[in-house]
Amino acid sequence: MKKPVLDIKDLRTSFRIKGDYYAAVDGVTLTVHENEVVAIVGESGCGKSALALSIMGLHDHKNTKLEGQVNFGDENLLSLSRSRLNKVRGKDIGMIFQDPMTALNPLATIGRQIEEPMDYHMKLSASDKKKRTMELLRRVGIKNEQRVYEQYPHELSGGMRQRVVIAIALACDPVLLLADEPTTALDVTIQAQIMDLMKELQNQMKTGIILITHDLGVVAEMADRVVVMYAGEVVEIADVKELFENPLHPYTRSLLNSIPSNLEAKEKLHVIDGIVPSIQNLDREGCRFAPRIEWIPEEDHEKNPEMHEATPNHFVRCSCYKTFYFPEDRVGEREYVATNS
Amino acid sequence: MLKFILRRTLLMIPQLILLSLIIFMLAKAMPGDAVTGAFMGNPDATPEQIEKIREKFGLNDPWYQQYGRWIGKAVKGDFGQSYTHQQPVTTLIAGRVENTVLLSLFTAIMIYLMAIPLGIIAGRWTDTWADKMIVTYNYFAFATPLFVFALLMLFLFSFVLGWFPIGGTVDIRIETGTWDYVVSRAKHLFLPVMSAALIGTYATIQYLRNDIIDQKIKDYVKTARAKGVPEGKVYTRHILRNSLLPIAAFLGYEITGLIGGSIFIESIFSYQGLGQLFLQSINLRDFTVVTALVMIFGTATIVGTLLSDIILSIVDPRIRIE
Repeated sequence: MKKPVLDIKDLRTSFRIKGDYYAAVDGVTLTVHENEVVAIVGESGCGKSALALSIMGLHDHKNTKLEGQVNFGDENLLSLSRSRLNKVRGKDIGMIFQDPMTALNPLATIGRQIEEPMDYHMKLSASDKKKRTMELLRRVGIKNEQRVYEQYPHELSGGMRQRVVIAIALACDPVLLLADEPTTALDVTIQAQIMDLMKELQNQMKTGIILITHDLGVVAEMADRVVVMYAGEVVEIADVKELFENPLHPYTRSLLNSIPSNLEAKEKLHVIDGIVPSIQNLDREGCRFAPRIEWIPEEDHEKNPEMHEATPNHFVRCSCYKTFYFPEDRVGEREYVATNS
Repeated sequence: MLKFILRRTLLMIPQLILLSLIIFMLAKAMPGDAVTGAFMGNPDATPEQIEKIREKFGLNDPWYQQYGRWIGKAVKGDFGQSYTHQQPVTTLIAGRVENTVLLSLFTAIMIYLMAIPLGIIAGRWTDTWADKMIVTYNYFAFATPLFVFALLMLFLFSFVLGWFPIGGTVDIRIETGTWDYVVSRAKHLFLPVMSAALIGTYATIQYLRNDIIDQKIKDYVKTARAKGVPEGKVYTRHILRNSLLPIAAFLGYEITGLIGGSIFIESIFSYQGLGQLFLQSINLRDFTVVTALVMIFGTATIVGTLLSDIILSIVDPRIRIE
């Protein structure tokens, strides 16, 4: 059994909106092991980015309430003081941000920005820092590192900047990497390059990675385990192969069904009814996906949906997965039933 | 860099020519001239005499001849004679430039000394009582006219309390170069500088506060926090560097703005500077002095713009000129 690096227990992240708190991450329990890539997938607004920011303590403190536990090593990150947390961020946990165009300080050279975490977490001489930075730049696939070291962010392309953002996250050899949609803001060819780089780095190092994405292709390529989130909750957890071969939760199945692959002409692409409810309008009673699969009778859902281990290491929320079907698949069957009776 | 400065400096020449033309035309379009200003209400001056003086000073020539004469001498530093002071305009102005530059410089220093810390406090700790107090002060500073505030200061600290001299630049009895002279100058400078600075801070405070509020939610700040940078350093190394950029760029405008804006302050505190001279000369229709001064204020503005451009190109790598 691999050693767990990060152990999240019943994490609840609530934001204050007009005086009331609404949970964007609503009771998430999740473990990441050493050298494991856990992908978190879900639509925009399902709470996956909020989850990553909660782990790092990057939310606006005045308007955010964090409950539960984020155990890292033998500490609960949520109960750490700001200064103690700063000893962990950037050192043991590195974060890769979504948009490389805005994630770098426009007024500092690339070299300075990569060296900055070393200032606080490593005792290195200036020349050692520079040496290490050059090495990091080479490791993230930047060839003219001497030049890039002196350059400013605006002088680099988006793909190059994302490589720099990755180098910053790796600066102090973290044991855990949080990648918050690392390829979303890039164009497709660059996306592939960055994904290749991440895979390569993952093979070299023993870091655990939390990969937040809504790109199921990326998930299939990189992840060991997949966590599917919907409306702030985890609805399914499984190994990547199992999840793609045997998805259980209606939401997961709907998502996979919405990918335009091997589609024959005239065949209609599956669309999930409705939209993700906003956190203010979310009905927190019962199965949260129920309003979007209205053809499933109410008694098939649980009153308080729990996670069930359907097959070993494959967890799914609510019992509705047992009877779930896509209406378009049943069109023929119903006619058959009708002619028989 | 040098090439950029040279090019920007050369570009000033057409600007200055245009400026001088406009100033000259406007001055000519003003009702009355130096002669009416000097002899108005003097019952001994007959119209024939006045006409003779006009002719002597060349005031009856066509405007382009007058302009040519004026600009030709001006580039050599000769702005002609002041009609009322009976001495060369250049000497007249030179005697006062130092006073105005001192006043503007200290006002600018005081403004930045007060506005930058206050702006940072208000921006960093938004919606705290400190921020609310600073914003309230800002509203007062913005709404109070300079001449009303300066008069109040003068009344309170000079007239009622007697802490500072009522006006002037230095006590006349004191010898130049002594320590007492410096103290006396400082005493004379204090009130005008503080009056202008206390209510001149609002733009810088408001700008800095808003910019910090803008910057602190940006992604690069999240990156800095994710690196484990202590909160104080997140501000000094990241947010403030970005927020102070536009403030630094405004430095040039600010200083020249103060030189031109010294008119009220100098008149109220009878401070012998360019602004006071300007107002007096307008009242006396001292045409040569007025045009020379407007020319100086205008040139200061153009130089200020140049200065701001140069500062910005130094502090912001994104507009660094190759």
